[in-house]
Amino acid sequence: MNINDKSPAGEVATMAEVSEVVKKLRERAKELLASGAVKMIIGYGDGYSKGKTVPIFITKPEDADRLIFDARCQNSLSMYLKTAEIKAKGKIGIVVKGCDARAINVLLLENQVKRENLHILGMVCEGVGDPTQDKCGWCMANTPPVYDDLFGEPIPNKGWNEETFAEVLKLEAMSPAELWKFWTEQFDKCIKCYACRQACPICTCTRCITDKNQPQWVPTSPHSEGNYHWNLTRAFHLAGRCVGCNACHNACPMDIPLKLINWKLIKVVYDDYNFIAGMDSATLPPMETYKVGEETDFIK
Amino acid sequence: MAEFHPKTFAFFCNWCTYTGADLAGTSRMLYPADFRVIKVPCTGRIDFEFIVKAFEQGADGVWISGCHIGDCHYNSGNYYAQRRWAIFRQELGFLGIDLRRLKFSWISAAEGRKFAVEAKEFVERITELGPYTEFHSIIPKTREAEAVTGGGN
Repeated sequence: MNINDKSPAGEVATMAEVSEVVKKLRERAKELLASGAVKMIIGYGDGYSKGKTVPIFITKPEDADRLIFDARCQNSLSMYLKTAEIKAKGKIGIVVKGCDARAINVLLLENQVKRENLHILGMVCEGVGDPTQDKCGWCMANTPPVYDDLFGEPIPNKGWNEETFAEVLKLEAMSPAELWKFWTEQFDKCIKCYACRQACPICTCTRCITDKNQPQWVPTSPHSEGNYHWNLTRAFHLAGRCVGCNACHNACPMDIPLKLINWKLIKVVYDDYNFIAGMDSATLPPMETYKVGEETDFIK
Repeated sequence: MAEFHPKTFAFFCNWCTYTGADLAGTSRMLYPADFRVIKVPCTGRIDFEFIVKAFEQGADGVWISGCHIGDCHYNSGNYYAQRRWAIFRQELGFLGIDLRRLKFSWISAAEGRKFAVEAKEFVERITELGPYTEFHSIIPKTREAEAVTGGGN
């Protein structure tokens, strides 16, 4: 990143450079703010260096022209919905991609946000990142599954794609000893910064289990034991809830392949219980329900 | 060298397996005593943290047992537990835990015989596998001695 790449903060891109979709988004945002339908809109704004965006929280109609949407908008804004500051605002608008909308579905299902407090500005998304992130290649929500206004031509959503799990399958083929070596080496890099937790739109606990010390379930020091326990716990708390947005993976400063554990659990939940998180806000995830008479083969 | 006795933990539901163990005892059935029993109200009470913590305390094996499906004292506790373990077990396997060191069973209060058989099978299996050196290797040195050998059997 070159610090001289700076585009002046607050500079509004001229209308000629702006796509039709973003123009419509800005118009709608202006309307919503001017009419008082929403108190605030969370969206993407131009970053301070090339290729980056920043989250912007706009309250005035004239600021709506700062909104952008393109392939740079990688981060999930849904994760702000869990914060007390945003919850206290009342009704807000939020710009979402398909994966972020799936996360909102999970939040709605778990009563973490109220539907009437949200105005969802859904963006049709064909993939983000440069190069395009792998998760976008097998996206199941190019068109957001939940929205109030949709911007862009809707793309029919693809179904479940086994291709997603090529890397997981590679690991599954390894022996327990090899897997142990692989993961302990990966987890040894962990510095316990909890960026994975902070970036996750679904990690909604106001007090995380790792911050609880009576009893101390997760050892807090960044040594092998604590790292292993934390990463295992984080992933399992998301089993059946994770939408595979890769926010944790992208946030990790130590490049731990967190996405692989998440995908493994997404695969397990789909294979065993035919459930995909976040596709609607009514179907209960597998661990919150059960079927009378079902049995498994490993419990004798 | 002294004979190896594994350090293992067993989480039993109060209503079935724990009572089943009682029956095995009062019926004078013999089974190896190399596991420490922790009584919980229901298998649904067993947080997955218990298992991870057991290994961090130096366990060579963990055994979880409760009421048969349909027999839960709280109607549905073991249904929830079953799904939890079905998913958690696969995560553990994916993260390199040796799944032979985990045992799950349903043992009712009337199955004293089954309890004795399963206890024998569990202890023999873990004894054969030996100490769980892989997991012990990530326990911090300051706690390792206490965790791995501490407490006796």
